[in-house]
Amino acid sequence: MYVAAIFLPLLAAIVAGFGRHFLGDRGAQIVTILGVGTAAILSVPIFVTVALNGNPQVIELFTWIRSGDMDTSWALRIDTLTAVMLIVVNWVSFMVHIYSVGYMHHDPSIPRFQAYLSFFTFSMLMLVTSDNLIQLFFGWEGVGVASYLLIGFWYHKPSANSAAMKAFLVNRVGDFGFALGIAGVFFLFDTVNFSEIFAAVPQHADTTVTFFGVEWHALTIIGILLFIGAMGKSAQLGLHTWLPDAMEGPTPVSALIHAATMVTAGVFMVTRMSPVFEYAPTALAIVTVVGALTAIFAATVGCVQNDIKRVIAYSTCSQLGYMFFAIGVSAYQAAIFHLMTHAFFKALLFLGAGSVIHAMSDEQDMRKMGGIWKHIKLTYAVMWIGSLALAGVPFFAGYFSKDMILEAAYGAHSGVGMFAFWIGIIAAFLTAFYSWRLLIMTFHGKPRADEYVMSHVHESPAVMTIPLIVLAVGAVFAGYIGYDVFVGPARGEFWGESILILADNDSVGAAHHVPGWVPILPAAMGVAGILTAYVFYMLAPGIPGMLARTFQPVYKFLLNKWYFDELYDAIFVRPTWYLGRGFWKSGDGALIDGVGPNGVAAAAKNVAQRLSRMQSGYVYHYAFFMIAGLFVFVTWYMIKG
Amino acid sequence: MTSALNLGAALPEIFLAVAGMALLMYGVFRKGDTTTSVGWMTVIAFIVAAIFVVTGETNQLVFGGSFITDSFSAFAKVLILAGGAFTLIMALQWLKAEKIARFEFCIIMLFATTGMLMMASANDLISFYLGLELQSLSAYVIAAFNRDNLRSTEAGLKYFVLGAVASGLLLYGMSMLYGFTGTTTFAGIAEVIGAGHAGTGVLVGLVFILAGLSFKVSAAPFHMWTPDVYEGAPTPVTAFFAIAPKVAALALMARVLMGPFYEMADQWQQVVWLVAALSMFIGGFAAITQTNIKRLMAYSSIGHVGYALIGLAVADEQGVRGMLIYLAIYLFMNVGTFAVILSMRFKGRATEQISDLSGLSKTHPVMALWLAIFMFSMAGIPPLAGFFGKLYVFLAAVQAELYGLAVIGVLTSVVAAFYYLRIIKVMYFDEPVEAFDRPSRATSAILGICGLFVTLFIVYPAPILAAASAAAASLFQMPG
Repeated sequence: MYVAAIFLPLLAAIVAGFGRHFLGDRGAQIVTILGVGTAAILSVPIFVTVALNGNPQVIELFTWIRSGDMDTSWALRIDTLTAVMLIVVNWVSFMVHIYSVGYMHHDPSIPRFQAYLSFFTFSMLMLVTSDNLIQLFFGWEGVGVASYLLIGFWYHKPSANSAAMKAFLVNRVGDFGFALGIAGVFFLFDTVNFSEIFAAVPQHADTTVTFFGVEWHALTIIGILLFIGAMGKSAQLGLHTWLPDAMEGPTPVSALIHAATMVTAGVFMVTRMSPVFEYAPTALAIVTVVGALTAIFAATVGCVQNDIKRVIAYSTCSQLGYMFFAIGVSAYQAAIFHLMTHAFFKALLFLGAGSVIHAMSDEQDMRKMGGIWKHIKLTYAVMWIGSLALAGVPFFAGYFSKDMILEAAYGAHSGVGMFAFWIGIIAAFLTAFYSWRLLIMTFHGKPRADEYVMSHVHESPAVMTIPLIVLAVGAVFAGYIGYDVFVGPARGEFWGESILILADNDSVGAAHHVPGWVPILPAAMGVAGILTAYVFYMLAPGIPGMLARTFQPVYKFLLNKWYFDELYDAIFVRPTWYLGRGFWKSGDGALIDGVGPNGVAAAAKNVAQRLSRMQSGYVYHYAFFMIAGLFVFVTWYMIKG
Repeated sequence: MTSALNLGAALPEIFLAVAGMALLMYGVFRKGDTTTSVGWMTVIAFIVAAIFVVTGETNQLVFGGSFITDSFSAFAKVLILAGGAFTLIMALQWLKAEKIARFEFCIIMLFATTGMLMMASANDLISFYLGLELQSLSAYVIAAFNRDNLRSTEAGLKYFVLGAVASGLLLYGMSMLYGFTGTTTFAGIAEVIGAGHAGTGVLVGLVFILAGLSFKVSAAPFHMWTPDVYEGAPTPVTAFFAIAPKVAALALMARVLMGPFYEMADQWQQVVWLVAALSMFIGGFAAITQTNIKRLMAYSSIGHVGYALIGLAVADEQGVRGMLIYLAIYLFMNVGTFAVILSMRFKGRATEQISDLSGLSKTHPVMALWLAIFMFSMAGIPPLAGFFGKLYVFLAAVQAELYGLAVIGVLTSVVAAFYYLRIIKVMYFDEPVEAFDRPSRATSAILGICGLFVTLFIVYPAPILAAASAAAASLFQMPG
């Protein structure tokens, strides 16, 4: 059952990918949906056995690497944390597979798409079930490859290609940190297996390493390096630039990879490494600050974007920030809880956006939408549900998880905790604002699309709307159902040993004892954000334009995403480009080619010309050379004796 | 086994000499154009002589020890006769096309070949010089055979004047040797040197002899005549020069150096080393700027002689074996290449420019393919025969720790690869010019034979390798 739940998607990917010529489009769709669907259904009993009945498993498959002290197996470690991820990954993936049948039906390479999706699912499962850091890294890179392939799925579009490359390269930066972190773990613990690492962490709580002549706290260094890896994958501030561009991929990909699953891999990984992070308070503080800054940064940028998918992408980025600062205050359960609810409502929003784009003949710019709610009522409804959940309106999924995060941040009673709390409150207001800005701009007002597009606006087929409904159900109820076991009184039993929290750091426990205004404030801010959006975009549509003109620099700053891309372009891309060009022209071209191939060739030609000039045609010259040669030989022997 | 008058040992030479005189009579007294018939009869005489060589008694020492037959001489003689026969067959057609078909051409070639066979068997300074001069004098004449052509006569004259200088050097060296050792037989000289009586005079005499022989094999720095003569001489003569005399002179050189002067190997090795290195260098570089394919082949032959000389510089059995294998392969590559060059003819007019080969792959695909194979082989690219030729001499050099020579050889062969590959580029990538006339059937046949040899050498190299080994071994077991 466990093995099947993980390897069926791989099998489906192989069959659909390599057998596409005899399976055909329909066959590939059936195979992949069956594979992932079976895995999704199997993950339910796994969840019941492992998480609810408290029965974690480790299944050894076979030895992978045995080299010196390194002993690594392929093994499936299935505890509560993994079981939750299995549910999320498999079910969202299942829904996206089905949805893709409708969304991609015009596409000429459906089997390739489905195979990539299944391959991604497998990699993600590999990531969440791994028993050691190496296997986790394998899954980590696997999802990176799948993400690259899927972002660049429409490879004939230059923008898609460059977005895919950007995603891959920015992730490399994070992966570099991650790989160093793994090396650091191995250096310190002599093992990469989770159970052995976690058992040994307390002994190393005060170990220091000397680096550049300075003593460093070893676990802090490892924590920071691992977090750098997580930042890349989860698009945290600094390494977030790839995520908005990744929206070049087909919308189901955005829903699956860039909202629900892959981008949460960083959250998962840090949570998985909670025993290490718990002993590295400085690293946790950094995680908190970066998470909080990401939350507010992405929320501000989201307020001014005009591409429907980019708005949701920045929203994802922002919500990931929430998860990270939850981790930073040791509220791992809250982070995973939000991860789960977010997966449902964000996938819902993306697929809903996909449905809108589908209806609008592939238009993504919200300025060219408007007034279509009457034509696509179901999509309109699910977008509302998704937005309500995202904004944290009471009793929708996001309300429970986001409130818990903010309460935990407040309950942590630390400087960074309070910083994160207030930032989170502001971000909550902005979240609600941009969500309703999106809703209003997309569905209300006068139609801004041309008549041809408007006449084609239609509700998506059932194959697309059923996944929407399933996810909408999740977006409504996931928070309510999960609250007790994830972060409520039953949490200790539920999580078992999969998450370690030191007694002093139990911020989730503390969250239940915060002042009365703290739980109310986020919801109030959400409602305020919604109302503001109504005022700005429905009742007094002149205000946004006026604000943009009045605060031109601020508006420009936000519209250009805080100039991160320009900054990176100036700091990294251009110098690298100039350096590369310089090396090419001067190093390779002038020096190596010049002295090497071309230089030698020129020298050879030169010698050849001299030699043929010696060939004068005069007999006495020739005779002279003969005699001279003889003279040299004889002299040589005379001198030598 | 020494016997004064065992004429059987010299049967091939005697047969060729008699045949030459008989054919001369036939040619003179027979009415009409007898070139073709005399030519084919000469070829048959070559074949018969080759049969005599192969079946004749070996290890014979005759004429007072001045004439020797052994496996080494047999190997060289077969190569010489094969080279003579191939070039003569191709020449017949060519002479007719150039309207200079005269039967004397065949007779002179026959006498030249006879001289070469004598060189291969020489075991005395006198017989050495006799054979060499017979060969040389005949060569001067055929170089100028197209006597109404300015370049041909110039080539003949240049060759003659410079050849005379070389003969002078040779004779001077021989006289010094005689003066210092008191004998002309190789065995006698070996005895004197072995007894430790060899002074600087002997060494200087040897240097003069080496200079004279280097001229004959066109090794640098005695190579300067080669490009001019090769370019000016009628093309079949060039082909002949590029093959047979080199085999004969190198064989003679090997016999002199490994025989009487073997004890002095440390000393003469330096000269041979330098001559080999210079030849490879000149052969590699000077050919780059050539536009005339005959001149190019001249430099190519200088380079190839350099590689063959590596085998001599090594001064052991492996080296000589390598040289013999090299020469055998060189013969086929060169005959094949000249078969193509002889076919370069637009509407009856012969041409010699490399650029005229443009687009040969489209006009004569088979010919282009064979030429490409020969060029790859000459550049030493596996799996063609030329690679193995180089391999064996380089191996011998490395085993004898002559690393410098091996490295120079490899580097210059890289340079040489440039001009060989350039011909391939011209044939395959340049736009076709006019198509050549159809080559004659005999030339095509020779082209095919050589092409197959070069291509299939890798499959069945055993006969050549075995014969070369036996020949090299016999050189070092020379009786007294």
